[in-house]
Amino acid sequence: MSNIKRVDARNSFCPGPLMELIAAMKLAEVGDELEVLSTDKGSANDIPEWISKVGHEIVECREEDGVYYIHVRKTK
Amino acid sequence: MTTKFNIICISGLRENLQMAAMFAATAAVSGSAVSVFLSMNALRYFVKDSHLSAPSEGEIGQLMEIKNVPSFQDLFRQAAELGDAKLYPCSMAMEVLGIPDDQLYDHIEKPLGLTKYLSDFHDGHVMTF
Repeated sequence: MSNIKRVDARNSFCPGPLMELIAAMKLAEVGDELEVLSTDKGSANDIPEWISKVGHEIVECREEDGVYYIHVRKTK
Repeated sequence: MTTKFNIICISGLRENLQMAAMFAATAAVSGSAVSVFLSMNALRYFVKDSHLSAPSEGEIGQLMEIKNVPSFQDLFRQAAELGDAKLYPCSMAMEVLGIPDDQLYDHIEKPLGLTKYLSDFHDGHVMTF
């Protein structure tokens, strides 16, 4: 069973949420899942872009009450 | 092939430093090789425990101070720690300001002269802030 680590980057601004996610991903194991919370709309677009560029996997992206939940899996 | 970005920081204004740091951090964690050359009024913010606050040029800089925007110091550090970015202080600015090498933050490389910098980083995109 994989761990799901939550990265709460609400109220930070670009590229804060991305950098927080990357810092957490460095510490994660391959196969681990992480979910970053962001209130920054730019980051909600940029994080999936970074994930696909680097070759990790998006599990789910959703928005709820102005908070973006970006759920990813570390693949390498 | 790895994309290379050479970022030259000369301004001591908050907006310029922030934009340079955002570029450096984002490019470095996206697989690009980034060099940052710190000179002129940009250098003194990288002295350990200086606690200097960069003056704002205008509205955005003032708003960044009160909102939870990641600091340019943190972004430059993350660029070096999480990605392939190297920060080089300008040896001329170090001399003029009288800063010993060991007084800069640990993620800053040894000072470089312009000749060496130009020789090592003559290829790649150049951005000046």
